[in-house]
Amino acid sequence: MLGLAVAGTWAEAADDFQALRARLVEQISQDVMDTRGYIGKSTLDERVMRVMGLVGRHRFVPAQLQFQAYENRPLPIGYGQTISQPYIVALMTDLLELEAGDVVLEIGTGSGYQAAILSRLVSQVYSIEIIPELAESASKRLQRLGFDNVEVKNADGYFGWQEHAPFDAIIVTAAASHIPPPLVQQLKPDGVMIIPVGAVFQVQQLSLVRKTPDGELTTRQILPVRFVPFTGEH
Amino acid sequence: MISIALISAAALAYEILLMRLFSIIQWHHFAYMMISLALLGYGASGTFLAVSRRWLEGRFLTAYLVNAVLFGIGAMVCFMLAQAVPFNALEVLWDPRQPLWLMLIFLLLFIPFFCAANCICLAFSHYPGQLHRVYSFDLFGAGIGAAAIIGLLFIVSPSTAVQAVAALGLLAAAVAWGEVGARPRWPVLVLMLAAVTVLLPWAGFSLKVSEFKGLSQSLRVLNAEQIDQRSSPLGQLTTVKSPSIPFRHTPGLSLNTRGPIPTQLGLFTDADSLSVLTRFDGELEKLTYLDYLSSALPYHLLQQPRVLVLGAGGGADVLQALYHRSSHVDAVELNPQVVELVNRKFADFTGALYELPGVTVYNSEARGYVSASNYRYDLIQVALLDSFSASSAGLYSLSENYLYTLEAFSEYLQHLQPGGILSITRWTKTPPRDGLKIFATAIEALQQNGTVEPGRQLAMIRSWNTSTLLVKNEPFSRDAINSLITFCADRWFDLVFYPGMTATEANRYNQLQEPWYFEAASQLLGPAPAAFMDDYKFNILPATDDQPYFSHFLKWRTLPELLALRNRGGMPLLEWGYLILVATLVTALLASILLVLLPLWLHRGAETRVRGLRWRIILYFAAIGTAFMFIEIAFIQKFILFLHHPLYAISVVLCAFLVFAGLGSLLSARWHKHVSLLKVTLGIGLLSVLYVLLLPGLFNGLVQLPGAFKILVSALLIAPLAFLMGMPFPVGLGAVSNKLPSWIPWAWGINGCASVVSAILATLLAIHLGFVVVVIMAIILYLAAALVFQ
Repeated sequence: MLGLAVAGTWAEAADDFQALRARLVEQISQDVMDTRGYIGKSTLDERVMRVMGLVGRHRFVPAQLQFQAYENRPLPIGYGQTISQPYIVALMTDLLELEAGDVVLEIGTGSGYQAAILSRLVSQVYSIEIIPELAESASKRLQRLGFDNVEVKNADGYFGWQEHAPFDAIIVTAAASHIPPPLVQQLKPDGVMIIPVGAVFQVQQLSLVRKTPDGELTTRQILPVRFVPFTGEH
Repeated sequence: MISIALISAAALAYEILLMRLFSIIQWHHFAYMMISLALLGYGASGTFLAVSRRWLEGRFLTAYLVNAVLFGIGAMVCFMLAQAVPFNALEVLWDPRQPLWLMLIFLLLFIPFFCAANCICLAFSHYPGQLHRVYSFDLFGAGIGAAAIIGLLFIVSPSTAVQAVAALGLLAAAVAWGEVGARPRWPVLVLMLAAVTVLLPWAGFSLKVSEFKGLSQSLRVLNAEQIDQRSSPLGQLTTVKSPSIPFRHTPGLSLNTRGPIPTQLGLFTDADSLSVLTRFDGELEKLTYLDYLSSALPYHLLQQPRVLVLGAGGGADVLQALYHRSSHVDAVELNPQVVELVNRKFADFTGALYELPGVTVYNSEARGYVSASNYRYDLIQVALLDSFSASSAGLYSLSENYLYTLEAFSEYLQHLQPGGILSITRWTKTPPRDGLKIFATAIEALQQNGTVEPGRQLAMIRSWNTSTLLVKNEPFSRDAINSLITFCADRWFDLVFYPGMTATEANRYNQLQEPWYFEAASQLLGPAPAAFMDDYKFNILPATDDQPYFSHFLKWRTLPELLALRNRGGMPLLEWGYLILVATLVTALLASILLVLLPLWLHRGAETRVRGLRWRIILYFAAIGTAFMFIEIAFIQKFILFLHHPLYAISVVLCAFLVFAGLGSLLSARWHKHVSLLKVTLGIGLLSVLYVLLLPGLFNGLVQLPGAFKILVSALLIAPLAFLMGMPFPVGLGAVSNKLPSWIPWAWGINGCASVVSAILATLLAIHLGFVVVVIMAIILYLAAALVFQ
């Protein structure tokens, strides 16, 4: 599937940013190594890293910020929204444990970068954006770049996307004061949902919600950084 | 002299106003930084006038008028330009361009303060025989400006108030022309006309709020609209209706929740800090969701309690109390405009919640209400007051907060019925900070109240993103513990601690990497809590009334580790407010050196025959500038605890300090012949020590007095201290005028710089050492100044 995509209009194997992208991927790998004790692994899924190296992030940031597109940092995309830090995008995508045939729901399309990454790893991505202008521009951008297996709509993400439910994985990038129960219902047994928690430009932790085969839920709070608050022998 | 007072009033009003404006368009801590730096205009004006002294001789009136007019115009234009600068506070650590934008804003705001300070310093130089009068009018003006702007902000919006400040600057120019009796007379009319013109509506402007603030983001949503906006010195309140994609603000709602969330209106304070007004038609069953918050726990342990809600806001906690059939709810809310929204403007929507039978609303500050109250409650519920995003980014670390101090906890416990419960809900942070500090505070408060085994009276749970601590004034029964366990199991909430809990029960539903909360709770109740708090990488020592910085968690020891991790997901662990304070202090020091000391050294000349005189002048004015600020800031904090209203306290204390200091300055010329400066500073020291020792007891005794009497008592207490504090500056300046008149601007500049640096330093010292230490340092500085003066 990946091969097909590369042959399509999305193919950007030889764009001007390739070298920068390769360096960014290297940097992410290094960051993951540094945090291995915490996230429980020393490398991320190889497929995730490969896609991170293929999808052009510069296509998803405002023209005047393209020169910063391959810095490992969040960037503003207008309307008070941001495109996440690539390290966090890679980490969240990895934590979803995706398989090629999966159907994924995304809440908070933004400029469409996360959806583009997901689209190369799974069979179908549904993405909901609350701000009409962003939904429209992301939808057009993804179409133009050949990410055909992504569908974007402007709606209230709280209720998920019932007609395409259940989902193998859900990623919520919009801030919420609680985890929307309808989303939990639309998650398949054994499915995972990930929610970054924190202020704009700052991810404090990643909440990983897992639905057991018998429908029970557990959440894991993952710090995207190796940090242990206790020192000494306690 | 009237003109001096007007300029001074306008400048101080502008300073307070800018804090308000930047809290709305940006965030509070950056407001603090920008204003502090802009105030260096005072220091720079001294340097500027000293350097251009010869040229200015004979051009006093022109120079004064130009500066007054430039202040007036600059107050408006510079702010409008500053808010057009594309500065994004949230990107400061990511983007190297942001500090440059910040610098540009600082330079823009610097202009009006520089001009206002020039006016006052010009007057010092031009009237060397009337220094004490100039200074006293400067202080009178500032005192009245401080009080007037707070009053004005109750009536008009902050942006309209900027127009008023600008008009005042122009008026000061007109008055100056009239006061010196210059001819022709028509410029007076032109200036007055200009002052009236800037007050007209067409000169108004709108505020450009950061697109990353909650209000801006919510208004982007389809069909969302702003349906009300009102403003007071307590904040700008904006109500938003979002019919297509509704607000669903229910912090920490259980994943196993039942029942829908009713329609809500978003209520934003200063364009951020979302709280909500909830639709309520009297049918309690529609509020089932409120039973699925961690804060609902105490209602499962009490029967029809009499409840006190501290920080009632839009009323969610009051609805929760009603849903659980509480016998009565007393709701305390600081901001009268919030109560007005609930009871009047949106009464049809909220069901006039605060007027329902069984609910009484008190328009009061929470801590003050508790101190003055004679009631005892079954449940005291401290609501989740701050917004999650600001809390998680460490933006509150500089805010004094008297709700979560050790003394506050003791007062809450004393206001509980036998078997009563104090319940406090906070956002959780990972790794834990707030929750543990609250827990440590509760342990110590219980111990101070004579409890031998505090662990038997504490329980704590946590949801996905909130934690709730219960402190009971007697041990929890087995039944209560069973109810607590069932409550958590039904809602998939985690047990953090209850008497007799085992490690295996912790960290089940919302799993952290380690059961940090349970481990920490056990350590805090164990044999060596102090060692644990010392080892923990964040500061979780209980806050006190003397060090009321609950939200300060950063330890210097942890800083290198956090800085190294900042681009790898570690940024939220850094504490913004605190780091910005330190950065501001460093910048202010550097700017002071660059703007004052360096030019001073370059223009040192050889005019003096007295050895070391220049250094004595520098030391003297730096010491009294710092000491004045230290005492003023420390006593504002002490009086907040008495007046129980941050706004009243700041305006009353500031106004009283400045006006009585002005009076001291006015009389200093006469007094100084009889009383030496050493005696004046000894007097200041003695009064300060007396106040530090006696005020807490006195305040406790007078807590029941009506507000107006408390204000009067405060003013009377401040009067003698401030009166004496008004003397050292004009007395010193008089001496400079006799011995080295060319140094008058220097003295002014050094004093200005010291005031700015010490205002920042006072907060930093209070965080680490407490306000009492700040006062002691001020006394030492005053005495040192007196010795230098000899």
